Amino acid sequence: MTKDECKQVVLDIIAEIAPDEDLSDVKPEVALREQLDLDSMDFLDIVMELRKKHDIEVPEAEYGQLVSLESCAAYLTPKFNALV
Amino acid sequence: METYEVAIIGAGMSGLAAGIRLAHFGKKVCIFERHNAPGGLNSFYFKDGRKYDVGLHAMTNFADPSIKRAPLNRILRQLRISREDLQLRAHKRSRVASDACDLTFTNDIEHLIEEVASAFPSQKDGFIKLFEEIRDFDDRKLSGPFASAREKIRSFLSDPLLEDMLFCPVMYYGSSTEQDMDWGQFIIMFRSLFIEGLARPREGIRVIMKVLLDRYREAGGIRRMRTGVQRIEVEGGIAKRLVLDDGEVIGAERILSSAGLFETSELCAGGFDVGEKEGTRLGFAETISTFEQGVDEIGWNEDAIVFFFDGSRFDYRKPNTAIDLRSGVICMPANFQYEEPLSEGVVRITALANQEKWFNLGESDYLEEKAKWESRIWDSATRFLPRARSPLSRVAFDMFTPKTVHHFTWHKQGAIYGSSIKWKSGRTPVENLFLCGTDQGYLGIVGALLSGVTIANEHALR
Repeated sequence: MTKDECKQVVLDIIAEIAPDEDLSDVKPEVALREQLDLDSMDFLDIVMELRKKHDIEVPEAEYGQLVSLESCAAYLTPKFNALV
Repeated sequence: METYEVAIIGAGMSGLAAGIRLAHFGKKVCIFERHNAPGGLNSFYFKDGRKYDVGLHAMTNFADPSIKRAPLNRILRQLRISREDLQLRAHKRSRVASDACDLTFTNDIEHLIEEVASAFPSQKDGFIKLFEEIRDFDDRKLSGPFASAREKIRSFLSDPLLEDMLFCPVMYYGSSTEQDMDWGQFIIMFRSLFIEGLARPREGIRVIMKVLLDRYREAGGIRRMRTGVQRIEVEGGIAKRLVLDDGEVIGAERILSSAGLFETSELCAGGFDVGEKEGTRLGFAETISTFEQGVDEIGWNEDAIVFFFDGSRFDYRKPNTAIDLRSGVICMPANFQYEEPLSEGVVRITALANQEKWFNLGESDYLEEKAKWESRIWDSATRFLPRARSPLSRVAFDMFTPKTVHHFTWHKQGAIYGSSIKWKSGRTPVENLFLCGTDQGYLGIVGALLSGVTIANEHALR
């Protein structure tokens, strides 16, 4: 999986959690919380959906790695690639 | 022995919401409900070919979809439910009525501000400051230690009538405490009623129930109806098994109970220490009258909900008489902004009731008392409605009392808002047993859903 594919995985999850959000112009390097109206419950759901859909575990201490799309990709891509 | 990762006691709003969250994330979950209908305190039934709602007058918290942090919108996201599916329609307007004056309100707070300015000119500035304080209050401070809402309001408003006219709707729609309430709870209720507003699906609570049940089923959740939990077997501070009414034994790693704090304690062999006295519980009675005429014909086509009290002060406490006729809530489900009007005029009237006065009656006395109080409730409430334009022809009637509520929900004393003691954390002395629903502390339909979601997230998902 490439980093871009990984970003798309995260965007797909956000689209499912918050269908009203406009995701067409999310800037990868800017914190998701600054661009989208997501609260802590929504962030928990990103973690939960990663586990449900992709068997990816994100320990609570590492939630901070999911702050932006870029950091998600950096943190999650190796995890995805380790699955195969 | 059938075993679940999570067993949920009660298929009401909070149990279903918790169940949806857990099933969605792959937990093996089962909801056990003793009644044959789901919904708990917000249910429905059929009688003589008519459908009746229990609980729901109007759904509060009808915030605009753009306000992402509003409780309703958070819940919709958490449950993956689309707003359209709930078919909510705003009320036309509602009203708080006292002997001296009326305040009407819509889902636009500016309307209420104008009403206050016109009926209480000297209070206008204070009311605007109060509104701003409530609107801007930091959500994280809402669950602080108890602070008196009465005292807080008095720092903004000096007119006791206006104070009571705000407390009347706020307390009737979600206070488990008498006379005064917690400031945080007042803020939550004020926002949900006046800032976010009222709405209802044309077909009532059934629409909301169906959406929840479909979502739960689709997520893979299991539901067992007519299957009550008789007791929870606890060993060494850990709940090991559930014993059902028919003796079947069920294994569960975790249990979420919406039965109520004291009710849940009693389910555990020997109970657990709830630490305090039982607190107070408030009982309500409701009459439901259906008329051949529609509300247009009667001339009652403006107000969806009328909160009323007579005399000089609003008294919100358990009455000494079977029913307190001095205050109440009138609901006319036709007065919401539906595309197609409802043909029959339905008028529901809710009033505070004394549970013991109803519980201690034999069957024939009970029916006699109901008949007696029914007409008194009607006469009392209609003081606050315009005179009917034509003679009313009633085609159906029903009435419930705290005894009815207890019979169908098993909540102690038929309490609607639970005990005045709330356990906000949801934790119990039994390590893997948690509370959701009324005694956890979020009230109303949206509150109950939020309770289920929060407790599932905190205690059963991580």
